[in-house]
Amino acid sequence: MMPKRWTWLALTVAVVAVIAIAWTGADSRPVPQDWFRTGTGIGVKKVRLALPDFATTNAAAQPLGQVFDQVLWNDLDYSGVIEMVSKSFYPLPSTWPSQPNQLAGKQQQWTATPVNAAMIAFGNMSAAGNSLSVSGWLEDLTNPAAPPMLSKVYQGPATAAGARQLAHEMADDIVAMLSGGVPGIAQTHIVYSHQIGNIAELWVMDYDGENAHQITHLRTESFTPRWSPDASEIAFTCFVPYRGVISAQICLYSMAANRVLYFPRFAGTTSAPAWSPDGTQLAFSSSMRGDPEIWASNTNGTNLKELSLERHSVNTSPVWNPKTGQQIVFVSDRGGTPGLYMMNSDGSNVVKIDLPDMGYVVDPTWSPNAQLLAFSWRRPLGNYDLYVMDIASHQLLQLTHDAGRNERPSWAPDGRHLVFQSDRTGRNEIWTMFADGSGLHELTHEGTNISPNWSWK
Amino acid sequence: MESSSESNSRSPLRKFALILFVAGLTIFAGACKKKVAAVPPAPTPPAPAPAAPTVKLTASPEFITTGQSSTLSWTSENATKLDLEPAVGNVQPSGSTTVSPTTSTTYTITVSGPGGNAVDTVRVTVAPAAAPQPSGPSATLEELFNRDVKDAFFDFNQADIRADAREALTQTAEFLRAHPDVKVTVEGHCDERGSLEYNLGLGQRRANAAKQFLVSLGITEDRMSTMSWGKEHPFCTEHDETCWQQNRRAHFVMAH
Repeated sequence: MMPKRWTWLALTVAVVAVIAIAWTGADSRPVPQDWFRTGTGIGVKKVRLALPDFATTNAAAQPLGQVFDQVLWNDLDYSGVIEMVSKSFYPLPSTWPSQPNQLAGKQQQWTATPVNAAMIAFGNMSAAGNSLSVSGWLEDLTNPAAPPMLSKVYQGPATAAGARQLAHEMADDIVAMLSGGVPGIAQTHIVYSHQIGNIAELWVMDYDGENAHQITHLRTESFTPRWSPDASEIAFTCFVPYRGVISAQICLYSMAANRVLYFPRFAGTTSAPAWSPDGTQLAFSSSMRGDPEIWASNTNGTNLKELSLERHSVNTSPVWNPKTGQQIVFVSDRGGTPGLYMMNSDGSNVVKIDLPDMGYVVDPTWSPNAQLLAFSWRRPLGNYDLYVMDIASHQLLQLTHDAGRNERPSWAPDGRHLVFQSDRTGRNEIWTMFADGSGLHELTHEGTNISPNWSWK
Repeated sequence: MESSSESNSRSPLRKFALILFVAGLTIFAGACKKKVAAVPPAPTPPAPAPAAPTVKLTASPEFITTGQSSTLSWTSENATKLDLEPAVGNVQPSGSTTVSPTTSTTYTITVSGPGGNAVDTVRVTVAPAAAPQPSGPSATLEELFNRDVKDAFFDFNQADIRADAREALTQTAEFLRAHPDVKVTVEGHCDERGSLEYNLGLGQRRANAAKQFLVSLGITEDRMSTMSWGKEHPFCTEHDETCWQQNRRAHFVMAH
């Protein structure tokens, strides 16, 4: 074993040397370089954007204006592609534009120090009867001659929820323009499992934790929900009794019809469903023929195929390559402890994804561009922490450190954010962060909340 | 399945290299975290919100045998409405009550007040009472089942039948042979250390292993169905090995 040991040592020294070089190199640069881009825009200069409060043209719109301003600010600030310029640097509020002609000729007071903004978003709103109308603009301050990048009227109900929705719509329009066309996530949703005692129901909330509401009323235990790619259905693990027998099964819930759809039941434990990117198939773990193996079927349970054939082991937590649908990453303990494996989606060509350490590796999830895997890893001397791995190079980035048990990561469709569960407060709650581990937000605060999944769009 | 110890021996050299590597990772991850988005200006402080309610629910003792009782006690702050379920209902902001559940039960207290809601839970685990020795003719089938059917316990991360489990399952098989009309559900359980999905699978393997052992002792397959609770219904909730061992088991329930 000597030669192998020396190879390992040499490799480790080389990796440490690379880190050291990157680290010392970073000192001379304004922004430290990452090992690889996680899609958060690390190392890329963010656009500095000024966002003066929107003018309200009548009294009815005033309270809604405060909601709109705050939500739009938060959405843009947490987008990962924009640096919001603090309002304390802005010119006097009396000079803040509410329409383009008020900005004309005055761009310089927004580009000058201390504002140093490159972009400005502004507008006005009015409430009439039950409807709220917001006129919004985005202008490139460095190019005053150009027409506004965005000039749009947003209309919705004159309620706080309506103002929130319009702010999300405008935020997504702005983010799409400033991030090279990658849509914003302000209108995406997160499904999760909310537990009280022995009851766990599925709930859905906005990406920022607002509008949390109960979806299922099965009065049993429902776990590990996953959105269908078009967000019309949710597949999850349920414990609904059937003819006096209770065991883990797959349940499908239709968001449109507000009811559980048919999926066949199997003997033993069937769990952990995951959608193929075209929405036509589910991969899942089932013990219908002995120990838990990876299976796939159509979404009505037909065309059933056993994909993994490793007896005397647990095989679970499958996830499809979201770009091609051609590979599946899953968890197996065939090597002794749970680790990650990749196979073709017909079950062929199984390869272990080696990590430089033992321990438990669980809860894999593929980034939307299919280049990165996020997972939860309990190393021999630690607790469960989240990691991101570049699939091509196997380079690793640790996202959480010394903060309880962190599990079930799920990517936002922009590839810049992750949602996960953490018990760092003493109880499992749902959190979001950037895919480099920064920008932590706790989204739930009541009860126990687990198994979050971010919608595909 | 091949067993693998997580603390398998490493040479000091390799250990040192690992530490270097981990240190490198940590330093570097720190570098990545330097760039944090600018914090928006603090909004004007809102009017002081009503204090959020808190509640603490305990049971003494948490472990009883059938027929015994346990005292549930609770204290709360800033709560105006308290509901203790199952079977108790609305209660005062603090107090205690005696319960005698016949099966293991999780009690949930839900409180609400001007500042929001809060929930706490406690589980009272009920073990079957030791049956009178020797059992008189009055012993019901359920009592005999609880006395003679033994659960099988497992090692961490394993589904292999240990020597003590072999003994327990042999006793269980004797009972099932003596009562050919009894059908059972074999429930697999795990300690809290694995992931939810992995433990559902591991618990199923434990249930399968216990069932297969009984089949090898001549119990017919159609009398036994299997399922897994993973780590979701622990028998014991402390975070230590004594408790974890209690939770790594194949548990028998009489099917009705």
